[in-house]
Amino acid sequence: MESFSLILAIVVVTALAFDFTNGFHDTANAMATTISTGALKPKVAVAMSAVLNLVGAFLSVEVANTISKGLVDESGIRPEVIFAALVGAILWNLLTWLVGLPSSSSHALMGGLIGATIASAGAGAVHGDVLVTKVLIPAIAAPLVAGMAAMLATRLSYRLGAKRAEGKAAEKGFRVGQIASAGLVSLAHGTNDAQKTMGIITLALVAGGAVSPDSDPPVWVILSAGLAIALGTYLGGWRIIRTMGKGLTDLQPQQGFAAQTSAATVILASSHLGFSLSTTHSVSGSVMGAGLGRKGGVVRWSTATRMFVAWGLTLPAAALVGAIAEWVTGFGDWGTALVAVFLVTSSAAIWVVSRREVIDHTNVNHVEGETSQNAEPAGIVTTAIAAVTPPPVGTVADDLTATIPSPAEVTAKPSATAL
Amino acid sequence: MKIDWAALGSVFGVSLVITVVMVGVFTLGIVGLSRRERAVAQGESAGLAVTGAYACFAACAAVVAYGIYLIVA
Repeated sequence: MESFSLILAIVVVTALAFDFTNGFHDTANAMATTISTGALKPKVAVAMSAVLNLVGAFLSVEVANTISKGLVDESGIRPEVIFAALVGAILWNLLTWLVGLPSSSSHALMGGLIGATIASAGAGAVHGDVLVTKVLIPAIAAPLVAGMAAMLATRLSYRLGAKRAEGKAAEKGFRVGQIASAGLVSLAHGTNDAQKTMGIITLALVAGGAVSPDSDPPVWVILSAGLAIALGTYLGGWRIIRTMGKGLTDLQPQQGFAAQTSAATVILASSHLGFSLSTTHSVSGSVMGAGLGRKGGVVRWSTATRMFVAWGLTLPAAALVGAIAEWVTGFGDWGTALVAVFLVTSSAAIWVVSRREVIDHTNVNHVEGETSQNAEPAGIVTTAIAAVTPPPVGTVADDLTATIPSPAEVTAKPSATAL
Repeated sequence: MKIDWAALGSVFGVSLVITVVMVGVFTLGIVGLSRRERAVAQGESAGLAVTGAYACFAACAAVVAYGIYLIVA
């Protein structure tokens, strides 16, 4: 019984750690464009997003219930399985953060859960149809829907506003509008993603026999999950913010407004109409759509392609790690301890590697593309990026080795010009 | 396995229409404010443009309020 509650405690702590990575991974969704267009100062933006995330966490438990009641068969799950799932999800989140690519935290979580469940109870315990309808199709639909909406809205906005919406009032207006819709995205993110952790913790509590099946998350779970995601959001995943705000395309406030409005609408419409779409995918899609919507606007497809590859790898990679972690925990307590040590050391290692090139609120808007404002053709930037970062192929290991060297080389340029 | 194409389709349609209308209306509001900016600079008044602008912003605020209601509900 003692070891039983110990493993539960480990799961809860790991789940909160995942929530934290979720927060800083996904700050970019709400705030990247707000920061890159200069509508809000970086620190102010992440603070606002953190507060709204926290508020959002308290608003509903709908999503938490989908996680804890829908995807996998509750009866066959032990706390160790959930622990293994979280290990997979956290490591993938940290890895994508390191290379600065936005990817869906929910896919990482589901991937980890699926991998660990298969390793533990066999493929039969995963509801395959739920996987397709709730994960795969939304992943393809989200960027398309959000991107098209943002592109059309941007076109319309530039057409309506041509020569008539210019000057100080217009610029200020679009910034205010962008802040409002970014706030809405943050709020929706809080209700969605903080709840995923609540769902996981509840699932662990159910699996450990601490609460009865089909129950709603306890209050302390809601509170700690909300705080963890808000803290992560406030610390800000600046690497991903930079990719999303500056790496994919160059946005003006007017486009930023269209992008953020599209993302907010898609997220709300989809969760309300019962076809939940990933926040990350929606926002990435709408940013690209807004980029394409302006005349002369460009999308850096090489960055976009790396992002798409990361999306495709998210679920299988997290599943693989989750499955291996579950296999190791199967050896008993020392196996679980080994996995915990592995998680902590690899997280630390990723952090150490990230310190080679620090990206924070001071340099979040400086990118390789910075010097090439709108006039310069995208070809130069694209080839520059392509030159330093061969597109990741196949496995996770390749992805890591192929992309880590690039940031160091890239910063060499701006610092040289600064001197 | 049953894919809910109807739900997906309605998400697509609703998102598209709401986004485009919202951004369009907001842009019209901005156009109104810009007109006032120019009118003030030339010493004229632009009462109609300003009223229109605030009507546009009010409509947007109503949609945002509905969005928050959807999150809460």
